[in-house]
Amino acid sequence: MSENAGLKAKLGLDVFKPLGKPHIRIRPGMEKDSRLKAAVTGCPAGLYTENEKGEVTLAIDGCLECGTCRIACGTDVLDWNYPQGGEGVQFRFG
Amino acid sequence: MERFEVIIIGAGLAGLAAAYTLAGEGIEVVVLERGEFPGAKNVSGGRLYLNPVRPLFPSLWEDAPFERKIVHEGITLLAKEGSVALEYSGEELRRPPGHSFSVLRSRFDRWLAERAEERGAAILPNTLVEKPLVEQGRVIGVRAGGEDLAADVVISCDGALSLTAEKAGLRTPGFPRDYAVGVKEVIALDPGKIADRFHVSEGEGSARLYLGDVTKGMFGGGFLYTNRDSISIGLVIRIEDIGGEAARSVPALLDAFKERPEICSLVRGGTTAEYSAHLIPEAALRGMGKLYGDGIIIAGDAAGLALNLGLTVRGMEYALASGYYAAQAFLRAKEKRDFSAPSLEVYRSLLDDSFVLKDFRNFAATPDVLDNPRYFEHYPELAAAVFRDLYKVPAGSKDTLFSTVRRHVDLKEIWSILKDLKKASAI
Repeated sequence: MSENAGLKAKLGLDVFKPLGKPHIRIRPGMEKDSRLKAAVTGCPAGLYTENEKGEVTLAIDGCLECGTCRIACGTDVLDWNYPQGGEGVQFRFG
Repeated sequence: MERFEVIIIGAGLAGLAAAYTLAGEGIEVVVLERGEFPGAKNVSGGRLYLNPVRPLFPSLWEDAPFERKIVHEGITLLAKEGSVALEYSGEELRRPPGHSFSVLRSRFDRWLAERAEERGAAILPNTLVEKPLVEQGRVIGVRAGGEDLAADVVISCDGALSLTAEKAGLRTPGFPRDYAVGVKEVIALDPGKIADRFHVSEGEGSARLYLGDVTKGMFGGGFLYTNRDSISIGLVIRIEDIGGEAARSVPALLDAFKERPEICSLVRGGTTAEYSAHLIPEAALRGMGKLYGDGIIIAGDAAGLALNLGLTVRGMEYALASGYYAAQAFLRAKEKRDFSAPSLEVYRSLLDDSFVLKDFRNFAATPDVLDNPRYFEHYPELAAAVFRDLYKVPAGSKDTLFSTVRRHVDLKEIWSILKDLKKASAI
């Protein structure tokens, strides 16, 4: 199993309630900002990927709402909020 | 506008401790929790040390849903190839009422929320606080779920990021140097296997800390706690160090840790039940923001109340205690009918006189002393190299003990060790 497939399988064990809309966004025009690289390696759910053009994209499904990206990249780069009440990950063990 | 005496943001340990205490005094208190139920967003390593908080909640602990009483404390220095482990067991860890207990927060916090509800606290799950309501510099309530709610005091217990404290102007977004990320798997494992592998009896458990190759030299470490029928295993890495030269992703580091022979034999046959991640404030005293303002008190992780002391990483006792003292501060302010910052300053002095800020002052130098890459790479490698050669029987004749050690610990090394010891004397 590739590293990413293994991670997806692991996230598949968690309970997620559907998100109304993405609660974290890369601010428009910031996709190539070097500060985003820390989220590519740092995001525990591996939700940030860098494409061949050097742009970082974020796929929000599987977000563990830890806030690592907010601390690592900063709020100039990310528009960061929590999901609405009752949405997102719901830990059964924690 | 609906009105409460106290609005608490976040049903974690700080928020629930405050709610439990206030409701016990007949205060009209509501806890707003963004998760589906109290505990749904909460994660820790984790283990709770009971001694400091036992007296604050005297009748609470008997039926607490602890996982296991920790009776073995282990530390393992992981080199790239090999490791050196040390384990401490003490009768005092075993003796009632117990020293520390492993917990799973989703279960534990739900239970604590029920205790607060029994005393009359209202807990509203599925409720995200959008922002504090601020009027002329004073917090008068919150907006949550599109509705405005008023309170004499808002107690902000919304975790390590505390967007509420930011929006109230009491702090600025944090720095990568001041936070770590913890990632964890809960691995379901038969209690019989746990007993055999960790040499514990029913209800007893083990805690282990791993330093060195687990973080590839980055500031942090690995941890393992036994629960009733599962094992919590994970690692903690300072965010500033992520994506450095090593540039292995955080999930890949956790997988590599689990594949270490020291670990995989412990979790063999188990099945991962949950994967979680959480921020940890690690700046200690230096990073502590304002603890209160007009109409607002901040407690728990939201106030930066966590300490990484190397051998022990603590936050939950500080959360419980700060929630308790936030409640006490409200009660004193209520007597005066004054909820301004000068009146709520009593929160700071209560914390100052308690183990919470005493610990923070005692260990003020610890983050800087621990911020030494030698602890996370050099010493684990050195320890393993010395033991490797001490145990080794080569093809030819074996060196004497002394010259074997001296091969690794030369005068330059001794000098470096002395320098590190001198720095460590500050902690």
